Amino acid sequence: MKEVKLSTPLKEVDIRKLRIGDVVYISGIIVTSRDMGHLKMREVIERGEKLPVDLSGEVIFHAGPVVKKKDSGYELRVIGPTTSIRMEPHSDFIGNLGVKVIIGKGGMDEGTSNALQKYGMVYLQAPPGCAVVLGEKVEKVENVYWIELGVPEALWVLKVNEFGPLVVGMDSTGDSVYRSIKENGEKLIEKMF
Amino acid sequence: MREINAKQIKDKVKELFLQANYCIGEDVLNSIKEASLKESSETGKNVLSMILQNYKVAAEEKIAICQDTGLSILFIKLGQEVHINDNWEEAINEGVKEAYVEGYLRKSAVTDPVFDRKNTKTNCPAIIYTDIVPGDKIELLVTPKGFGSENMSRMAMMVPADGPEGIVNFIVETVKIAGPNPCPPTIVGVCVGGTTDQACVTAKKATLRKVGEHNPDPRYADMERQALEKINNLGIGPAGLGGNVTSLWVNIEYKPTHIAGMPVAVNICCHAARHASAII
Repeated sequence: MKEVKLSTPLKEVDIRKLRIGDVVYISGIIVTSRDMGHLKMREVIERGEKLPVDLSGEVIFHAGPVVKKKDSGYELRVIGPTTSIRMEPHSDFIGNLGVKVIIGKGGMDEGTSNALQKYGMVYLQAPPGCAVVLGEKVEKVENVYWIELGVPEALWVLKVNEFGPLVVGMDSTGDSVYRSIKENGEKLIEKMF
Repeated sequence: MREINAKQIKDKVKELFLQANYCIGEDVLNSIKEASLKESSETGKNVLSMILQNYKVAAEEKIAICQDTGLSILFIKLGQEVHINDNWEEAINEGVKEAYVEGYLRKSAVTDPVFDRKNTKTNCPAIIYTDIVPGDKIELLVTPKGFGSENMSRMAMMVPADGPEGIVNFIVETVKIAGPNPCPPTIVGVCVGGTTDQACVTAKKATLRKVGEHNPDPRYADMERQALEKINNLGIGPAGLGGNVTSLWVNIEYKPTHIAGMPVAVNICCHAARHASAII
């Protein structure tokens, strides 16, 4: 278990060194996307068009922030992770785009674990329900796309400074904190019934 | 007959949703502090201390504790001697809208669940449960309910033969299936009895009972203790990263039911168990 500070754009070689339990802080750019954002990304790529933001070497954060509209752009108020498992069907697609880090909560399943190994990515758990202290790590809103999907579902491009603490929940070797906890729980439940 | 202006209701609803979203209750706060001492995992301890820091800054600076400020739910006891001038439902929704728009709370409601999924941009419509009771007052209990935890709720039509052990096991199994998703440490609300609909509503309301208070019936209190102990042996821990504090408390309520049934509903609430109440 070690503490690691990373900056975007991320390099696969650094990501492949991370192991479950490591604590990570990210500086640079992170991009939010959730249910509708992922569906729209797929639509755009399937049409053979380009995404509004290049995600190669970048970070996808499963989150929908609260923002304040100002005369010029937006100010971020609070942000925190949403349940990642809803985005499970998209992990190979995301990996193929060159995304190196997924931030969220609750972990993901075997399809994602495979994608993490294949593309050299990690899944990082953000502290849940800590939206104020996480929001303080966001320096500014760089850009926003697809705002017509609604504020939570839009693609927010955020400039962050030492965003974290984020714990590696799933790594590129196939290890998953969530899988081992789930298996232990299942053993206990079997004994109960 | 007591006349109450709808505007008074609107203002109070607004005030309560702001308060609930910014300030966590003393009972939850103290329970997280106690949990920090009990938690065995280092990562778990760190998560709990971050949660405490987050509550503190949110309350001081009047910022939402969590970005998911939920769907807006109200449990209302309406005194039968009250007469309300103007439209009651509109007043409540207006109060919700003002709180969410002016208080920078995330608007998370969508119009239709399957096709449009268009954000209503007001967090309306509110979900309103009203009981008509004796007296000339209105008692409001509001809760913004996030969907990380709501999505993990579960119900079963159990049979009387399943008994208390079957119920406890169902509760523990529900928390196990929920795993890391509902933002542990959670508060577990349960209702046994009634019908499917009554059990689900009562289980939601049970999440609002004070952490640290047991059901006054010692038999149900005993089930609450057993369920909590088994839950905290599952090893899910704070944020689902492992540890022995998965739930802070289990609240079980019961309702009279049919001779042939024993419905059980479990509603899970995240650690940010936000609610506020007032009497008009």
